[in-house]
Amino acid sequence: MTIRIPVGPQHPALKEPERFIFYVEGEQIVKVIPRIGFNHRGIEKAMEERTYLQDLYISERVCGICSNVHTACYVLLVERLMNMEIPERAKYIRMIVLELERLHSHLLWLGVAFHEIGFDTLFYLVWRDREIVMDLLELISGNRVNYATNTIGGVRRDISEETKHKILKGMKLLLERLKYYRRLSPEEQTIVKRTLGVGPLSTQDAKRLCAAGPTLRASNVKSDVRGDEPYLLYKEAEFQTMVSDLCDVLGRILVRIDECIEAVRIIEWCVKNMPDGPIRQKLPPIFKVPENQAYRRVEAPRGELVYYGVSDGSEKPYRIKIRTPTLANIPALCKMLENQHIADIPIVVASIDPCFSCTDRLVFIDIEKGKKWSCSMPYFKHLIKKKFGR
Amino acid sequence: MLEKLVHWARIRSPWILHFNASACNACDIEVIAALTPRFDVERFGILLKGSPRHADILVVTGSVNRQVKARLKRIYEQMPEPKFVMAVGTCACSGGVFQHCYNVYEGVDKVIPVDVYVPGCPPKPEAIIHGVVKLIEKYKRAVGIIK
Repeated sequence: MTIRIPVGPQHPALKEPERFIFYVEGEQIVKVIPRIGFNHRGIEKAMEERTYLQDLYISERVCGICSNVHTACYVLLVERLMNMEIPERAKYIRMIVLELERLHSHLLWLGVAFHEIGFDTLFYLVWRDREIVMDLLELISGNRVNYATNTIGGVRRDISEETKHKILKGMKLLLERLKYYRRLSPEEQTIVKRTLGVGPLSTQDAKRLCAAGPTLRASNVKSDVRGDEPYLLYKEAEFQTMVSDLCDVLGRILVRIDECIEAVRIIEWCVKNMPDGPIRQKLPPIFKVPENQAYRRVEAPRGELVYYGVSDGSEKPYRIKIRTPTLANIPALCKMLENQHIADIPIVVASIDPCFSCTDRLVFIDIEKGKKWSCSMPYFKHLIKKKFGR
Repeated sequence: MLEKLVHWARIRSPWILHFNASACNACDIEVIAALTPRFDVERFGILLKGSPRHADILVVTGSVNRQVKARLKRIYEQMPEPKFVMAVGTCACSGGVFQHCYNVYEGVDKVIPVDVYVPGCPPKPEAIIHGVVKLIEKYKRAVGIIK
């Protein structure tokens, strides 16, 4: 007999408002139906109504955890639309903040993952170490979470010699802690028993379902935008793409810790090689962007983040389209949950590092036929015009 | 006598429930950061709970959108009396950058009554702790412990 269990939108295991319907037989899950949309705020539409500089601050608030990567992708997009070059020093500062953010995001996830398997001691330890990164981010940008470092044409704040010294000191401390977690995770029985073989996703399935980021790399696929299509200075930084052949939750934990260690190396490289010079190219607050269209992708902590933009020669964008990594990972998540135990739901859901505030889309539902679809804004306008004649 | 004991317990150990009403996660991670070792609100007896039935304070983050409105109301109704609501973040106070978006209500107070507003994008954990302390003061004043 199949029993239907609704979970969410408010649930102790979910940190965000999301609804899953699990169909279970005994202890086994047979089917999962996700229901997204509790976090839809209409950001893409709001971006069309504001100027390019105002959009920068909206894009930062798409997601609070990976806020800097959203602005980085947005400014790279606008700079491509305008065919603009930024000063060399700005690229280094952008990379430092991007990698610090990856560290904070992965450490946050690591803590949450340990919390979901019931290992709260490690959760508190990881979050204590995360405060090192948060302090550095506050030192560089002045805020703990939404940094507002990137701006169109460069960055807004410089890094002083003293700050550089503090970053290196913090990274040294953090590297020791990360190496300890790397050594601990595959050995500690509490972690291994709850994660080894749980939430399996084979290499073929990961490719077929278009998973992204650490979820894809933990299924033994070497794919990283930083390596495949280098932006900023990732080509020069010579980092390694981390993969794991475990294809389960433990693999996802190991890949993320390895990536943290790599991020520390990239930050140290940036700090040591940073040249002197200006940090931004000044632009007026309201400026026009020539008619153009562009596409940028960057590697967010959760996977590939894509921004596509169309400008029409005015001071406001005609269209900005955002594709976030969690949306790409949801089909893979449904696959992972099949034939798993109910008790493993929290850790498997957490293992893709879900960020639903990025994800939620406008979905149209035909009430009469029960059909669902989503569509682009121009097509939607066209539909409204067709239906209401305006 | 019993009433005094209940007041004492409520002031010494308020339990909170966190609800993300279409927030961007920034406030949420700061709420959780306030619970972890650096800031540690557990030293004031504040505990994060999973069920609305156990909670005294509802901590709401985010600009409430149309989807989540009915759920937020229902969670508020499920909480036992006396209940308090804390709006954390500029979005929860007034809508923030999402003002005039077609899908948001611009603030928690449009849907349920709010006792304490904590502005900031996102507010620092210190600010959230300050908000809780203010709320406890408000309760003390309401039951006549301080004037």
